[in-house]
Amino acid sequence: MPVAMTVNGRIVTLDLDPATPLLWALREQLALTGTKYGCGIAQCGACTVHLDGRPVRACVTPVSACVGKQVTTIEGLGTPDKPHPVQRAWAGIGVPQCGYCQSGQIMSAAALLAATPNPTDADIDRAMAGNLCRCGTYNRIRAAIHQAAESMSDEKAPA
Amino acid sequence: MSAVLQTRRQFLKVTTAAGGGLLVGFWLPASEAASVQGRPWTTPPEGAEVNAWLAIDPDGNVTVRVPHTEMGQGALTSVSMMIAEELHVDWTRIRAVFADANRHLRNNNEYETMFTAGSALVRRQHPHIMQAGASARERLKEAAARAWGVDRGQVHASLGTLRAGNFSGTYAEFAGAAAKIALPEEPAIRKPGEWWLLGKPLQRLDVEVKSNGSATYAIDTQLPGMLYAAVQASPVPWGTLQAYDDSAVKGRPGIHAVIALRARPGKHENSDLQDCLAVVADSWWMARNALGEIKTSWNDEKTGPRSNEAERAEAQRLLGQPGDVIAEGDDTLAAIEAAANVVRADYERPWETHVRMEPINATVSVTPERVDVWSPTQDQSVALQLAADQAGRDPKDVYVHTAFLGGGFGGNGGGGTGVTRQATELSKQLGRPVKVIWSREEDIAQDKQRPPNYVRLAAALGERGLPSAWFTRSCWFVPEGTERVGPATSHIAMSDMPYAVPNRLHESISAMTHIPVATHRAPGTNQNGFMTECFADEVAIAGGWDPLDWRIELTKGKADWQLVLKTLKEKAGFRTDLPKGQGMGVAIVEDHGSICGACATVRVSPAGELKVEKVVIVIDSGHVINPHNAAEQLEGGVAWELTHAWLGGLELKDGGFAGMNFDRYPLLRMHQMPKVEVHFALSGGAKWGGIGEPAGPPVPPAVANAIFYATGKRIRSTPFRNHDLSWS
Repeated sequence: MPVAMTVNGRIVTLDLDPATPLLWALREQLALTGTKYGCGIAQCGACTVHLDGRPVRACVTPVSACVGKQVTTIEGLGTPDKPHPVQRAWAGIGVPQCGYCQSGQIMSAAALLAATPNPTDADIDRAMAGNLCRCGTYNRIRAAIHQAAESMSDEKAPA
Repeated sequence: MSAVLQTRRQFLKVTTAAGGGLLVGFWLPASEAASVQGRPWTTPPEGAEVNAWLAIDPDGNVTVRVPHTEMGQGALTSVSMMIAEELHVDWTRIRAVFADANRHLRNNNEYETMFTAGSALVRRQHPHIMQAGASARERLKEAAARAWGVDRGQVHASLGTLRAGNFSGTYAEFAGAAAKIALPEEPAIRKPGEWWLLGKPLQRLDVEVKSNGSATYAIDTQLPGMLYAAVQASPVPWGTLQAYDDSAVKGRPGIHAVIALRARPGKHENSDLQDCLAVVADSWWMARNALGEIKTSWNDEKTGPRSNEAERAEAQRLLGQPGDVIAEGDDTLAAIEAAANVVRADYERPWETHVRMEPINATVSVTPERVDVWSPTQDQSVALQLAADQAGRDPKDVYVHTAFLGGGFGGNGGGGTGVTRQATELSKQLGRPVKVIWSREEDIAQDKQRPPNYVRLAAALGERGLPSAWFTRSCWFVPEGTERVGPATSHIAMSDMPYAVPNRLHESISAMTHIPVATHRAPGTNQNGFMTECFADEVAIAGGWDPLDWRIELTKGKADWQLVLKTLKEKAGFRTDLPKGQGMGVAIVEDHGSICGACATVRVSPAGELKVEKVVIVIDSGHVINPHNAAEQLEGGVAWELTHAWLGGLELKDGGFAGMNFDRYPLLRMHQMPKVEVHFALSGGAKWGGIGEPAGPPVPPAVANAIFYATGKRIRSTPFRNHDLSWS
């Protein structure tokens, strides 16, 4: 059954079971493999993407819930030439170790900063609680979120 | 110093310029991953190859071929730094790619090893890696010397340029000639005092691709015509598949096959294949759902203990008997019997699993011409051999494509399970590429686990309240026939603890389990360190000592232990007089050649809620080649063992670990991560210790010792979450 949605600004029509989780549609049909499978039950956050700007776990979000909506994945957050400030902070601080969870971490962090431009540590704890990192990069994730918040507020400030 | 990575656009430009040749570098973008398939593995057109480790292109860019796997420990960066140090090139000119395991095999192991484990990359392998860079540099100099008619000794190599008198040229000009030169004698590698690049805090080369989704892992492999498989082995490991009923899913659109795979114990300890059922489909989600609808029955009667309780009872029984004597003191037991003041305690640690964030998977393409393998293995050579063995093919026709690993942590990164055999067998039978992904539940149930151990300790107190005799009896659960190595080593951080005690006796006992076991980041020390270092606090406090001063007293004459302990004392501000509900604890453990001390600060609410506020780490690894990466590894080590000690503990139930996910095996989350402060106390000289593993082992005892000061409660088992920490 055809299902239409917008993924990273492009309208796509997928022919699949509408119960299929968005995660597998992204990875297998659209070759957007930056979004990762980690648990399948919304416990680890490795599959976090934005649905109409809000963070969702793609492993438990059926494509039927995405019809007519905007999906943004890590590949659509920034471009190689113009990475999102969160991505710049991630690379600048050197957050990733194995890197597998980091797409999900970055998508959660970007959603946090869109809603809360200057988050406290408690805000970060809350927003990032659903994203596991087995390498233990949490302290650098926190530092990178603060740094991204700062650079985003600098960019908004009048020159 | 800026990180060097090509952007995707640059990457595309480079490949095109090179005539469309296949660049199997780690920066291969996900969407182009399909291009990997269908073409032979070729050495990328990187310019002139000086030796197996490096090639130099006409613009002076140096491609370093890294034989190690990158699982987050920084291998790409560390190997490149060591090569750049010796070759003497601008760091921004360095590009890193993964080396070719097939070439390694064909050319008689020319990378020495393609097995990445044991915190060994820098510690053990820096001599031959640096040698490759030094050799290339000297051969470039010799090539220039011959062209210019001067002696090699007159040629200077610096930042990509060769000079002698009025002559000068680039490395690139002489790279082709250098490759043909044989040196009469290989040059010596630089000593730490002579380093110009090593020792600097450089950013890792792979952070950018790991921040934009383009880093490809084995699980991201996409090949034309590829099918997806979900698999299930016996809920009780090594059970045999008796029967299955697939009538509910047979003929369903999108389902290609339901195949029973039969057990095949491997020739290598890492290559076992168990009985399992596979569903192969057009999509993994489809395969997984169908697998869940198939009724299976398994024969799993022959097992060891089938629950935590049964295991504990067996351990208690065995601990009541003498074990094999590993380290004998003269009269330890007699001294303890005779002593007026004896401290006794039993400690235990439970099963733990790896749960690398990338679930265990493999993609294999078996064709009449060749076999291609993508697997999250820490040992590409083993992956190659077992794919060859399963496919019945000459290993020389097998190509293992190294991808990033979504975590390694031992057990061969999950590639050491039967998954590569599963994918090989399915591809062989179906004639198409097959990607096998273990669901997270299968990953937990069928991973090779870290085994539990139980330890009985006793110490007699003598003069000045210091121990006069120290007895340990250690019981580890290991599968029958498994050597007591790696995961189940009883002596490390136990009988070889650093404390001077006149009478020592250590005994070891093997208990049997049917659960497969494997190494688990800092194997052995991660468990024994907890027992030894918590008991050390018990003995110190019973003797009236400050636990940190006690450790300094009992390691007198051991300069490196003293250095770490005294640095810890200076940096951490350890004290035992904090108000109730707050506590500090220390511990020190040697692992993979490094001595690592930890001081933890905790807060425990009257209701028993634990908060680990801060962990100070002091390490003596002898040398550090990249303090930035080292600090990250040490922070990660803290999180690793804090996770298991506080939250972990895999529950053995009905003979296995079936049906478990992160809801039942919780990991440390953002709000639980303590602040971590890292200090290097390097003794230098001939000492080269590891960095990736040693920071974990001292953390659980430091936290447990801190909990004692906060609450008065002595914790002798993990996870801490199972203990009532309330106080009033």
